Amino acid sequence: MSKTSTNIMIVGVGGQGTLLASRILGNAVILAGHDVKVSEVHGMSQRGGSVVTYVKYGEAVHSPIIDKGEADIILAFERLEAYRALPWLKKGGKIIVNDQKINPMPVITGAMEYPEGIIEKLSEKADVTALDALSLAEKAGSIKAVNVVLIGVMAKNTDIEHDKWIETVKSTVPPKFLDINIKAFELGYNYNP
Amino acid sequence: MKKLLLGNAAVAQGAYEAGVHFVSSYPGTPSTEITECMAAYPANEVYVEWAPNEKVAAEAVVGAAIAGGRAMSCCKHVGLNVMADPIFTDSYIGVNGGAVFCVADDPGMHSSQNEQDSRHYARAAKMPMLEPSDSAECKEYTKLAFDLSEQFDTPVFIRLSTRVSHSQSLVEIGQRKNRDVKPYEKNIKKNVMMPANAIARHVVVEQRTDELKKYSETTALNTVENNGSKIGVITAGISYQYAKEALGGNVNYLKLGMVYPLPEKLLKDFAASCDEVYVIEELDPFIEDICRSLGIDVKGKECFTMLGEYTPSMIASAVLGKAPAEFDKPDEIVPARPPVLCPGCPHRGTFFVLKKLGLTVSGDIGCYTLGAVAPLASVDTTICMGASISAAHGMAKVRGREFNNKLVSVIGDSTFMHSGITALSDIVYNKGCNTIIILDNSITGMTGHQDNPTTGKTIRGEATKQVDLIKLCEALGVEHIAVADPFDVKNFEKVVKEEVARDDVSVIIAQRPCALLKTVKYTGHCEINTEKCRKCKLCMKLGCPAISVDGEGTVRIDKTQCNGCGLCVSVCPFGAIEKQD
Ligand SMILES: Cc1ncc(C[n+]2csc(CCOP(=O)(O)OP(=O)(O)O)c2C)c(N)n1
Repeated sequence: MSKTSTNIMIVGVGGQGTLLASRILGNAVILAGHDVKVSEVHGMSQRGGSVVTYVKYGEAVHSPIIDKGEADIILAFERLEAYRALPWLKKGGKIIVNDQKINPMPVITGAMEYPEGIIEKLSEKADVTALDALSLAEKAGSIKAVNVVLIGVMAKNTDIEHDKWIETVKSTVPPKFLDINIKAFELGYNYNP
Repeated sequence: MKKLLLGNAAVAQGAYEAGVHFVSSYPGTPSTEITECMAAYPANEVYVEWAPNEKVAAEAVVGAAIAGGRAMSCCKHVGLNVMADPIFTDSYIGVNGGAVFCVADDPGMHSSQNEQDSRHYARAAKMPMLEPSDSAECKEYTKLAFDLSEQFDTPVFIRLSTRVSHSQSLVEIGQRKNRDVKPYEKNIKKNVMMPANAIARHVVVEQRTDELKKYSETTALNTVENNGSKIGVITAGISYQYAKEALGGNVNYLKLGMVYPLPEKLLKDFAASCDEVYVIEELDPFIEDICRSLGIDVKGKECFTMLGEYTPSMIASAVLGKAPAEFDKPDEIVPARPPVLCPGCPHRGTFFVLKKLGLTVSGDIGCYTLGAVAPLASVDTTICMGASISAAHGMAKVRGREFNNKLVSVIGDSTFMHSGITALSDIVYNKGCNTIIILDNSITGMTGHQDNPTTGKTIRGEATKQVDLIKLCEALGVEHIAVADPFDVKNFEKVVKEEVARDDVSVIIAQRPCALLKTVKYTGHCEINTEKCRKCKLCMKLGCPAISVDGEGTVRIDKTQCNGCGLCVSVCPFGAIEKQD
């Protein structure tokens, strides 16, 4: 397989704001001079279902999707979704996970149980950074900025420079919320596990 | 300047640059954003609208093209079924200004009720079809489609798929080439399709297909990439990108940008230059079957599936025998997370009542299809847009009065306008006694909030006339029409009971706006008063994502999920759920 790209998978629950995260990432990558493809999910699963976005960048990117075992980084907005995405992680890859729990309907109806100790189980198999991104977002000024906090954490794990990220956040988020989002990005970027 | 664009946005940019005058579509995932993006261009350059359904949209495009404008309509694959009638005949009429029909398939059924392959339509309607594989091609092919349409006097298809429509990649942004609307001339022989004229036009259509076949042999849309290999790959669309990633320089490629009609000589020559040839295409063996009919020995569906989406590793394994990458798995079953009705969704109140009354529910397509998901599990059938009413008519006639007195149809406002009106007139006309619930949430919800004839706004957000659903139903001959708020659960239940028992056709308009509309402002959240809660779990029957029960049977409401809509407050028999500001 012609393996030239860096592969990042963003997973979460429909409505959590994963699309904005992938747009910031996509635009930062372009600013850094890479070719890029971003594959998004619209439609039905945006109604509270599992959502997956792939971002691939490098010299030349062909397929917009990431195969199992090929993601360098998984950025998860929710614990269970991080667990579900594990098969996509490359051996030795990194998982960044927002330590939030959102019950899916089969758990709510009692048909299944929400697995215990997901973070510990993931840590046995991968390099995991787990954080309470919701409180960091709150600290930045709005829990809605949780996606930008997570992008900040991920940014630290790429070879793209800090300036490029800030420039992208500035050009992607609405001016009204710029201060909050810059704060949110910095809180994520400087997060120390 | 290069920009990161969705495939759909790139199609819109292509149409814009091509000088398109008129766009009319009905939304449908994964095609919706094309028309939404068109509405972002200036109104004095492009006229854009949402039509009530795809057939109307396509006919408007046929008319606009006959009148000399460049025109386009976009739909999802099942939308093309609804468009089929005008399109098959438009193929005979041809165009004056260029006409482009853009259809987006959904392999893997991310958001669809079936997995049909639209390429068959190109062959059946005898129209050329182009298929881009990334956003840059989306733009270029759309521009070219308008030129081809005028050059060959034919409407042209563009075929997309979910991964092309909804992937972003880099696109060079160009200038719009403004063009005048061409002169209109009356031409009965060409534009009035009655037998004598159509017989003559069919001859032209067959000649045109021969001309298009010649064009396909030399066009730059179809390219050979020779890597000096003995293995050849014939492919198109997103499958080309997967194959490129999986196989790189290990094979030779014939990439088909025009998937109908196919270049017969090019296919034969390419195959002859290789020892082994694979056809790689998602869904049906469309290219493969044509290759075989030409006597070309290819490998296709015996190596690849007809089901769902492909991936690069699947292709690397089939062609090169390469093992996929290793990976870890969770050691237990991970609960699925199916889509659900949102917190505050008005449909939840409706289905809570229908489930409680144990009614048979003839369902339709929209957010409310999720009324089939546990614990509501209320919907019995979902077929296609409009079928909730017509299928219930068939059910009632076959099973008789007793069954009919426990049967309702549910249909959204957009879906009712799309194809529910004719079905309702069938019931009235043929003396049916059905009860139809129109779920009026003031928007086309499922596809992400598009306006429709019942909302009072155009695609550009301008105020317009609004269909009055009550008067409309009255005019169709319905004598019993009730309007009820599905969050007033007690009254809603009473109304449903009365109407289903009635031996006449009746309509209930369940009126409450979508909770995601900006004009809807639920505030605060709800909380369980654990002293008052008797753990009866009636609230759990709402299937609200914010309410759950822990191991001890204690009910909890998740503050981050709850939007304070208050439906659970009105359902609780013990007053144990309280609204907090
Ligand atoms: C023929 C056809 N066209 C388009 C679609 C895509 N589609 C699915 S549901 C829907 C609209 C539903 O809107 P509405 O009936 O108002 O219900 P809501 O989702 O708002 O509850 C559309 C356009 C489809 N499935 N079939």
